[in-house]
Amino acid sequence: MPSLQSIFTEVGFGHFLVLGAVLFAIGVAGVLMRRNTLIIMMSIELMLNAANLTILTFARMHGDLGGHSFAMIVMAVAAAEVAVGLAIVVAIFRGRRHVDVERMNLLKH
Amino acid sequence: MDTIKFLWVVPFLPLVGAFLNLVLGRRLSRQTVHFLAVASVAASFFTALYLVVGPLREAHHVWAKGGKQGVFELSEHLWTWMQAGDFRVDMALRLDSLSAVMILIVTGCSTLIHIYSTGYMEHEPRYAAYFGYLNLFTGAMLVLVLGANMPVMFIGWEGVGLCSFLLIGFWFENEAYANAGRKAFVVNRIGDFAFLLGMFLLWWASHKYDGGKSLDFKMLREVSGTLVASGDRQVPLFEQTFWAREHLAAAAGILLFIGAAGKSAQLPLYVWLPDAMAGPTPVSALIHAATMVTAGVYMVARLSFLFAGSTTAMAVVATVGALTALTAAFMAFAQTDLKKVLAYSTVSQLGFMFVGVGTGNWSAGIFHLMTHAFFKAGLFLGAGSVMHGMDGSGDIRIMGGLKKYMPITRWTFLIYCLAIAGVPLTAGFFSKDEILAGAWAAHHQGWPAFYGKLLWGILTVAALGTAFYMWRLYFLVFEGEYRGKAQVDHPHESPRSMTGPLVVLAFLALVAGFIGIPHVIHVKGTLGDILHFFPEWIGLSTKPMEMHLATGTTWLLLGVASAVGLTGIGLAWWLYGKGPSPLVEKWTAGPLHGAYEASKNKLWVDEVYEVVFVKPFRALARGTFEIVDRFMIDTVVVNGVGFATQTFSRIASWVQNGQVQRYLVGIVLGAAAIFLWTSRGDHPSFAYKEVPGGIEFRAQPGHGIRRDAPVQWDFDGDGQPDPGETSPVVVKRAGDVASRVTLFIGDEVFGAIDKRGEPKERRRVTRRVNLPSVTAPAEGGAQ
Repeated sequence: MPSLQSIFTEVGFGHFLVLGAVLFAIGVAGVLMRRNTLIIMMSIELMLNAANLTILTFARMHGDLGGHSFAMIVMAVAAAEVAVGLAIVVAIFRGRRHVDVERMNLLKH
Repeated sequence: MDTIKFLWVVPFLPLVGAFLNLVLGRRLSRQTVHFLAVASVAASFFTALYLVVGPLREAHHVWAKGGKQGVFELSEHLWTWMQAGDFRVDMALRLDSLSAVMILIVTGCSTLIHIYSTGYMEHEPRYAAYFGYLNLFTGAMLVLVLGANMPVMFIGWEGVGLCSFLLIGFWFENEAYANAGRKAFVVNRIGDFAFLLGMFLLWWASHKYDGGKSLDFKMLREVSGTLVASGDRQVPLFEQTFWAREHLAAAAGILLFIGAAGKSAQLPLYVWLPDAMAGPTPVSALIHAATMVTAGVYMVARLSFLFAGSTTAMAVVATVGALTALTAAFMAFAQTDLKKVLAYSTVSQLGFMFVGVGTGNWSAGIFHLMTHAFFKAGLFLGAGSVMHGMDGSGDIRIMGGLKKYMPITRWTFLIYCLAIAGVPLTAGFFSKDEILAGAWAAHHQGWPAFYGKLLWGILTVAALGTAFYMWRLYFLVFEGEYRGKAQVDHPHESPRSMTGPLVVLAFLALVAGFIGIPHVIHVKGTLGDILHFFPEWIGLSTKPMEMHLATGTTWLLLGVASAVGLTGIGLAWWLYGKGPSPLVEKWTAGPLHGAYEASKNKLWVDEVYEVVFVKPFRALARGTFEIVDRFMIDTVVVNGVGFATQTFSRIASWVQNGQVQRYLVGIVLGAAAIFLWTSRGDHPSFAYKEVPGGIEFRAQPGHGIRRDAPVQWDFDGDGQPDPGETSPVVVKRAGDVASRVTLFIGDEVFGAIDKRGEPKERRRVTRRVNLPSVTAPAEGGAQ
């Protein structure tokens, strides 16, 4: 049974990577399964952050600052994307009183 | 070879008539239709007549004066029909003594029958179609007899078959009639198939020698004398050894004869001809008595040089002919339909002709062909006239005493019956006697000595039968009391358009024999030239065969033939002279019951064919239909393609349902697949190779592990890292390396780092080093 102290010292790069993978998988599942646009967007954010986490882990591992700057760009883009995305969601909600992707099928018919 | 101009006009004119009547006929008046039809055939007849007595006779004089060199013939080359390699067929026509006779018979009979048809078919709604087909038939028949080579002959051969089919089934609203047409067509196909095979065989044998004129009759005749090596001997081309150690001529001749048997209704392919009586009566007269059915005889005579090359083939022809003559005569005894009697009579007479050509007595076969064309066409036309007067009924049981009502028909019919029975001095007498005498004298190489006599015997019995059943017919129809009051009140004589041709044919049936009287009655001078004209004339186109007959024997045979004919007539008069005598009733119910039933049921041949051929063939067709059509094509191929498409599209449409999320599934799965694929086999390892001075070891950390990750080696095989060996690339002397080398790689991902920055966790890779220089057998801890 490792002590609390040892948990902090024992954490390696692998744990970060696994965490990133798990988060990414949760995000994928959310995007694939949920119907609510808002939650899909949240899942996308989750995937982006999982990717960020992975990038940063590798950056640490290789001692390369390129990863850090890349993560910053991703965050900036994500913020912008969320702003636009939420705006679209709000606009759709205003028009249709719902944000269910299954029912957004005007182009299909 | 001399050429002739405008020979093409002879077949062309009826074809023009056919074209006009078949294409425009429905818009033309009936007068125009039959004018066109009759005029085109009559014009063809006169053209033929002119060509024969003009250019052909001229050429004959020249040829005779020039010492009778080569083959006497005239030909006309129209164009090259087809050419492929050394196969070349010209569209060419040829007029020689044989085809001259044939075109005169064909156009002459055809003209008379066209004229007759204008009366007989007066009330027919499809008038133009009828005359169109009749014209087409005449044209095709002329192509058949004029063709200079076998393929052109085959055009006509198939053309007349087509017209026969169309005209037998002319009243196709009646299903039995339509079936009769189909039966004729199918049976003829069997023969035609063999005919084609025979043609191919001839081409195969002759194409090296034919000088670019494939299957040309003249060429075939010339090359038949070419010597080729067969075994260790030099033999004529068609006498080289072939199947069953027979001459090639036997195989080719028998195949061609099967074709002839189909067209000319010989055993065993005669079954279509009696059924062909379903067609209009003039059609029976023209196609199924006078012309088309004699095409087989003509073909055999035309290829006389081939059949002469194999006595086996000749024996087959003669035997089949004799048996057919006898069998058909027997079947005619108990028929009650006017036309059926005549149909079997035709089959029987064709058998006579085949005996004629089969015994090498070519001119006799053709002679009988000609006289038969006259009297049998006349008999059919007479029968048509009777049926016309009897409101279409052909049942001889309700006739009798008709001589009162239709005198012209009766007198002409009487003459035809005299001719066919072989009463002395009629046409049939001379021609039949020629065949009988030829059969008696036939003594070909390889034949048993008695064989000719046997054929003669069979034919004599058949001739007796012929006289009997024909005169039975005559007495039943024209003599005695009229028995059909209940059915037809007033039989009447036919119009002049019908009786006219009857009279002309009757005249010919009486006198046509005088151009070929037996040589024992020797006449000199111009008259003699006429009286002995025919055999000599046909002999110009056929291969001469030796035949010796003593004068006394000939007279005896003539006497027997006359006696046989008269006996048959007497027998018929005794039994049927004044209506059926009570004896007939008594005998057919008593001692002759079996024979009577056999004759009436035509020896059950149709029934046997039904069981042996038709039913199994139907079953085969049915099976093929179920397995090939229904199962393989319909189910497997057609429905299979549909099913595969449907299944695939179902899968595709499940994927492509218009929802982004489902597409994302594809993206995710695809990305995962790419990841798995690219990272397969990606694990840390090391490589080694021999270099000067030792063995070089090179660490290969996998992806995901830092390139400068700390490494340690174990070269001595004790399982522990060797101190100081931390370089990724190490060169060791061979003697310092154990057989198992281990590489330790620091793993920074899942192994935590201790405080000094050293990885706590390491991956080990152990490999056996297989190099010839590594001799140490050390396992772990050997040192």
